[in-house]
Amino acid sequence: MLEIGLAHYLTVAAILFTLGMFGIFVNRRNVIIILMSIELMLLAVNINLVAFSVHLNDLVGQVFAMFVLTVAAAEAAIGLAILVVYFRNRGSIAVEDINMMKG
Amino acid sequence: MIIQALAFYLFAGVTVAAGVMVIAARNPVHSVLFLILAFFNSAGLFILLGAEFLAMILVVVYVGAVAVLFLFVVMMLDINFVEMRHGFLQYLPVGALVAIILLTELVLLFGAWVVTPVALQTMQRPIPAVEEVTNTHALGQVLYTDYFYLFQASGLILLVAMIGAIVLTLRQREGVRRQSIPTQLARRHEDSLEIKDVPTGSGI
Repeated sequence: MLEIGLAHYLTVAAILFTLGMFGIFVNRRNVIIILMSIELMLLAVNINLVAFSVHLNDLVGQVFAMFVLTVAAAEAAIGLAILVVYFRNRGSIAVEDINMMKG
Repeated sequence: MIIQALAFYLFAGVTVAAGVMVIAARNPVHSVLFLILAFFNSAGLFILLGAEFLAMILVVVYVGAVAVLFLFVVMMLDINFVEMRHGFLQYLPVGALVAIILLTELVLLFGAWVVTPVALQTMQRPIPAVEEVTNTHALGQVLYTDYFYLFQASGLILLVAMIGAIVLTLRQREGVRRQSIPTQLARRHEDSLEIKDVPTGSGI
C-alpha cells in the first residue's frame, strides 16, 4: 500500500479517463464541459505515458506525452474557436441544436 | 518512502476529486477552476514520477494557456447555463453504466498487467541518472535528435491551429468606422480645402 508503483498511477489515470468519458455522456447539452472532459481524458493518457516511461526506464514515453500535450493545446484552441463562431451564428451552444449539416 | 506515498495519495485524491467537480459543477467557471486544480495536482504526480520538465510544461501550457482560454470563452459567451443542465439526470444512468464498464475493464487490465522481458530489451532511450543529466536536458537530447521531424510537425500543427482559430473567429462587422491609413495619406489640399474669393461688403 505504501509502496507506490506503476499500478497506482495507472489506476489514477484510469479513473480520470473514465471521469472524462462520463462527463461527455452526462453533460450532453454543454459543449464547453465536453471539451473540458476531453482535456481530462488527454491528461489521463499523459499520466499513463509518463508512468510507463518511468517504469520501463525509457525516455521516449515522455517525448510522446509532450506531443500529446501539443495536440491537446491545438485541439482546445480550434474547438473553442468553432464554439465561438457557432454561438455567434445560432445564439446557443447546445449539442442538440448542432444539426445544420445533417444530410 | 512514507512521505512519497502520502504525497502520491494527496495529489491523486485531489486530482480525482477535481475531475469529479469538473463534470459536476453547476457553474462552468467553477468547472474551469477545478480543471486548473486537476492540472496542478497532476503536475505534482509528474514530479513524483521524476518527469519534472513535463510537470512544468503542464502548468505552463494547460494552466497558463488552455485553461485561461476556456475561462475567456466561458465568460465571453452569454449563455443560460442553468437551463443547459436539464439533461443531466436523463443521461446519468447510461453514462454511469458505460463508465462502470470501462473502469472495470481498465482496472482488470491494469491489475493483470505484466511487463514482458522483451519490452525491456526493446528500450529506445534509457533515462539517464538524475545526478548526471537532468530530466530537461535528457528530454532535449532525445527530442532534438531522434524526434526532430516530429517536433517540427508539432510546431506546424500549432501554427495551423493558430491560423485556423484566427480565421474562424475574425469577422468584418458592418457599420464600424475604422481608421483608413491609405485614405488619410492620399488626401490632398484640393480635396478638403476650397478658397472662395468673397467681394468686400457683400457677404457670401
